[in-house]
Amino acid sequence: MSRLIGEPLPRVDAPLKVTGRATYAAEHRLPDLAHAVIISAAVGKGRILEIDSRRALGEPGVLAVISHLNTARLPYRPHKGWIDPTVGERLHVLQDDFVRHWGQPVAVVVAETLEQAEHASHLVGIRYEAEAPSFTVPDGESIEPQGGYPANYSRGDADQALATAEHRVDCTYLIPRENHNPIEPHATIAQWDGQRLTVWDKTQFPTNVAEELAAVFGLERANVHLICPFVGGAFGTSLRTWPHTTLAALAARHVGRPVKLVLTRKQMYFGTGYRPETWQRVRLGAHSTGELTALKHEGIAETSRYEHYIEGLLNAPRFMYSCPHVTTSYRLVPQDVHTPTYMRAPGAASGMFALECAMDELAHELRIDPVELRLRNEPKIDESRNVPFSSRSLVQCLRTGAERIRWHRRRAEPGALREGHWLVGLGVASATYHTLRNTASARVRLRPDGTAVIETAAADMGPGTYTSLTQIACDELGLPPEKVQVVIGDSNLPRVPPHGGSQTLSSVGSAVLAACLAARSARQERAHSGAIAGSEIVATETSQPGDATKRYSMHAFGAVFAEVMVDVDLGIVRLAHMVGVYAAGRIVNPRLAHSQAIGGMVGGVGMALLEETHIDRRDGRITNANLAEYLVPTNADIPVFDAVFLDEHDPHVNPLGVKGIGELSYVGVAAAIANAVFNATGKRIRDLPITLEKLL
Amino acid sequence: MMPFAFQRATALADAFAAAANRGRYVAGGTTLVDLMREGVETPERLVDINALPLHEIRLRPDHLEIGALARMAQVAANADVMRLYPAISQALLLSASAQLRNMASMGGNLLQRTRCPYFRDVTSACNKREPGSGCPARDGVNRLHAILGTSEHCVATHASDVAVALVALDASVRIASPEGERRIPLEQFYRVPGDTPHIEHVLRPGELIVAIEVPAGPHTEQSTYVKVRDRQSYEFAVTSAAVALAVDDGRILDARVAAGGVATVPWRMRHVEAALIGQPLSASTFRAAARLSVEGAVPLTFNAFKIELLPRTLVRALETLETLAVPAL
Repeated sequence: MSRLIGEPLPRVDAPLKVTGRATYAAEHRLPDLAHAVIISAAVGKGRILEIDSRRALGEPGVLAVISHLNTARLPYRPHKGWIDPTVGERLHVLQDDFVRHWGQPVAVVVAETLEQAEHASHLVGIRYEAEAPSFTVPDGESIEPQGGYPANYSRGDADQALATAEHRVDCTYLIPRENHNPIEPHATIAQWDGQRLTVWDKTQFPTNVAEELAAVFGLERANVHLICPFVGGAFGTSLRTWPHTTLAALAARHVGRPVKLVLTRKQMYFGTGYRPETWQRVRLGAHSTGELTALKHEGIAETSRYEHYIEGLLNAPRFMYSCPHVTTSYRLVPQDVHTPTYMRAPGAASGMFALECAMDELAHELRIDPVELRLRNEPKIDESRNVPFSSRSLVQCLRTGAERIRWHRRRAEPGALREGHWLVGLGVASATYHTLRNTASARVRLRPDGTAVIETAAADMGPGTYTSLTQIACDELGLPPEKVQVVIGDSNLPRVPPHGGSQTLSSVGSAVLAACLAARSARQERAHSGAIAGSEIVATETSQPGDATKRYSMHAFGAVFAEVMVDVDLGIVRLAHMVGVYAAGRIVNPRLAHSQAIGGMVGGVGMALLEETHIDRRDGRITNANLAEYLVPTNADIPVFDAVFLDEHDPHVNPLGVKGIGELSYVGVAAAIANAVFNATGKRIRDLPITLEKLL
Repeated sequence: MMPFAFQRATALADAFAAAANRGRYVAGGTTLVDLMREGVETPERLVDINALPLHEIRLRPDHLEIGALARMAQVAANADVMRLYPAISQALLLSASAQLRNMASMGGNLLQRTRCPYFRDVTSACNKREPGSGCPARDGVNRLHAILGTSEHCVATHASDVAVALVALDASVRIASPEGERRIPLEQFYRVPGDTPHIEHVLRPGELIVAIEVPAGPHTEQSTYVKVRDRQSYEFAVTSAAVALAVDDGRILDARVAAGGVATVPWRMRHVEAALIGQPLSASTFRAAARLSVEGAVPLTFNAFKIELLPRTLVRALETLETLAVPAL
């Protein structure tokens, strides 16, 4: 009965968005709303000696200047959300005089208007005792991460195999800190009613906001309500609940009025996470025929001193290619920074940059075509777990992509293709991202008027959750899209995992499917029993992964091909073309999937060529905390991309057979571009971004 | 943002009166309002001069006159400018974003402040913002900073593209005050930082740029602007070059050369021009002349590459003109 799944249904929420009727966190209107502005620490480490609020408090409209000096100690009950680091404890905001990182919130000014609050914030005099913060990646004292991704993994004996390998490559790769920079800023409106707290907060994880605020303020969970129907892009920065959300609630309680707090663009670099700076060393050993004999991949990443953020940096190297001797080692270096977080294909984007560049270096060393080298190392099973892949179509992705970009034009010798000032190069990289699925619940209401409402605490930061859930429900309920309403973004709705890690459709979609099935059979039962129609049928179902994850290794795969032009004199890199071929199980909506893939590829271009958070290591100041100097691609940087999804049937991953595509399309892009730059110029750029001076 | 008074001036006399009452002129506001938001600029009174009759672009017999309130987009798309002064149009189109070009005035463009991050961050020391407080850029994040015209007190680049083209083409600014008008070559309008980096130009309090004048000449049609930048839109120059050549029979009769992204002010290069004039139009002429462009350059931690990149940028600009100079067959 599948009719809409697989169809390019336009976004069901598009009319609301393009007419400005979709309400984002900062746009909800409340009577008597006051405005809060954060004062950010202007030292990278140290103690607050004095906060002089007298001038600020004398200004018209100013209601309060809140700091550790005049606010109560908050309960901060233990709370570990799904997305919080296992080791460490969140920053307790305005609870003491310590400054742990540049830009840490040290006070909040509340006023009748935003302008009054901003003005008064400049009048608060703060004296610090500053210390020099330390930034020591990769050489500083490192720790073995706990609780999730293994610090050490090995099979076989990689050192021995490297020592005896016919061919070796040994390369070090650096990726700087990157910030998410979604267009919608973080924003929170908080309103108290006695011990009940309602927040409108930009989030990818509605239930967690309510749970965290309940823990921070010592409230009953049922007394905290989060509302967030729309998210204007997030890329992972709105998975955790950050200090500003607590500050908005704290300020609202302090002044006894609802309070709105919106982060400035600059403040979005100071406490809402980022992709950590990483150092990676990859050593490969191989036969002259290309088969890998050894792989040793080490990674070191920054984290804060109060939390150990870990990500799947070295997951892919363990299963990506067939190799008998593999060692991975993952370390963290705590620095005087705030905690990094998940950002656009966390871990995979960084780890696969290093691995896929190293594979290209090996291909060059062996004089084997880079596509061919990957084909020769295609594993039959996941060798890290000794289980089969639920499905794996990397070979088809590589072959299709090679055809579409006309790979046969590529010359093995770098610098062989030239058009005027431009050196032309082609590069390839594989992509992968694990298929996540977690327990999720959904409720379906079949109304007497023949319409249906789908309710679940999911979010939609742009991929099209509203639309894809509509398609699933329509097919199961036999309804047209205009008769199905999807309601998400509310912590009182049935619980789901965070809207991140490309797991929304696999988890929430499965729950919606189950709830629709249950509602349908309830409807049939009612029809058979001859009961009088007229009341609503409500079905709530929880869907959880079975033991298939134990029997299968589940990942989406893809191949990215880049064609670049490098100005022979000026070092400028321009993309001529890029092809991304992906196999990600069933594609519920090809229009949205294509849009998401293009978006991921553009993000990858940013990682490859532009993005870098500049930190002045003398004091921890971030010098490009704005959209003029933190560079992301503009339209002028992006040619037409070719994004293709292959047909892939995977009966094991989840009832829908979907794998998730948001992260996948980001992975491999930076490596494909770096490899293409090498092919064009003969220069290996192992530290991102690939700026022009590296190619002079 | 600090509170401020706001008023509109509809005649020059109003504007001067308001300026005398601690007013700051504002046109497009694309620099000033931005810096007010950062707390870098704290004017007590803004005088909106947009209603003044200074928007026209006129082709005079011996020069081009650009009203100070003409918008960047308007000048870039002007047919006379495109035909007779292509470097000006190109420099404008390679600047900022379409939105900013629609708002920003030409006079304001010339007066825009540097993008040095330490200048724009009031929690940082900066000799330009707070004389005597120090220059963290010298040993800080300085990839985009200057290698020419710097001092121990300031290494910030001048951010304007079109000012580079105008300096190359011998433009002057007409400046009005209650005492009357004066005309100053743009090259002499700007001041290198020396030990007074907070003084950036020779405008006296209350003076207003009313027009830009660019002389006509055999070289202006053969002019171009090449900009090297990290992305292809909405980004300041890493290096840039404005060049103009008058060529006859394969020989360079006259030349104009200025560089951007590398200096504390738009940087005219007369020694490079001298090395071009009288020489045959050839790659070796270009290279030899361009090499002189970085004489005396002082690199910082992260911008030494500009010493290599600037001559290449000049050569590219000259090559672009060489291609144009070849008569169509």
